[in-house]
Amino acid sequence: MDYVNSERTGHATLPTAIKILIAGGFGVGKTTLVGSVSETKPLRTEEVLSEQGVGVDDISGVEAKSTTTVAMDFGRITISEELVLYLFGTPGQDRFWFVWDELTIGALGAVVLADTRRLADCFPSVDYFERARLPFIVAVNCFENARQYSLDEVRLALDLDPDVPVMMCDARERQSSKEVLVALIEHVKKQGLTRRPEPVGH
Amino acid sequence: MTMPDEEPVWLDDAAGPVVRPYAVTGGRAKPANSFNVVALVLATRSAPPSEVGIAPEQARIIHLCQRPLALAEVAAHLSLPLGTVRVLLDGLIAQGFVQVNDPRQAATLPDDSVFEALINGLRQL
Repeated sequence: MDYVNSERTGHATLPTAIKILIAGGFGVGKTTLVGSVSETKPLRTEEVLSEQGVGVDDISGVEAKSTTTVAMDFGRITISEELVLYLFGTPGQDRFWFVWDELTIGALGAVVLADTRRLADCFPSVDYFERARLPFIVAVNCFENARQYSLDEVRLALDLDPDVPVMMCDARERQSSKEVLVALIEHVKKQGLTRRPEPVGH
Repeated sequence: MTMPDEEPVWLDDAAGPVVRPYAVTGGRAKPANSFNVVALVLATRSAPPSEVGIAPEQARIIHLCQRPLALAEVAAHLSLPLGTVRVLLDGLIAQGFVQVNDPRQAATLPDDSVFEALINGLRQL
């Protein structure tokens, strides 16, 4: 990897930052998963989007633009002096695809969290990453009182490609969340260099 | 990992920044860069310069980034939107006070050693 101005006082080099996205429907446990493996409690950052009003000749000017604030929760895992892993929860609402496009650039891969009680909530995420050609896995977050489905049933319901891994997890459990991340990284490694993510451009 | 010392908190976090983001950036709304949220920022000096010409928020970035922090971390610690921090970084880069490693420039997937380091590192957490 290239570094910009890597000659801090002559010798310092910056670590490599790896970004993984955690996607899925509202309330599925994205921030819970980030928090269970992150070295600090999840941080929150915001992107402010300007939405141009429809009337091009509208002289009211200021009123022609509205702004929307999109919040993203994220966490950090320092692997070594040279390597830092960042986990970004994607904003849930479909209207924020612009932010998804930004987040996808440079991402290693994605975890789509699913809740079997509301499986349809993760359709947009699966669809997005398929179109963006970003490698992803599906992790079924096992909620208490939810009927247990087999992984094959989930795979069928989501109409996944046969090579997309599907696994159970408990996003509250550090060990389980670690296993999800390891599974994703192994999947990305297996996918190799053939697929490169690209913005979907909604 | 310990986070940099927080400044004394005067306001409830929920109140948000007291100053409008465009006031922080001296009215500039559009950054010249499009740094990734995980672009790493590192200060090139141990303290902000004493002379006038640097915004208080830019001085805080220099304090925060004595170790490499992602753009998103800088924004979170300053309670400022990402776009505002990108504008602040423009000025700091122009003056040579920070260096930024933008992974957007990486054209290929990491090599096998990075995958191995990630997997082993996660398993050892």
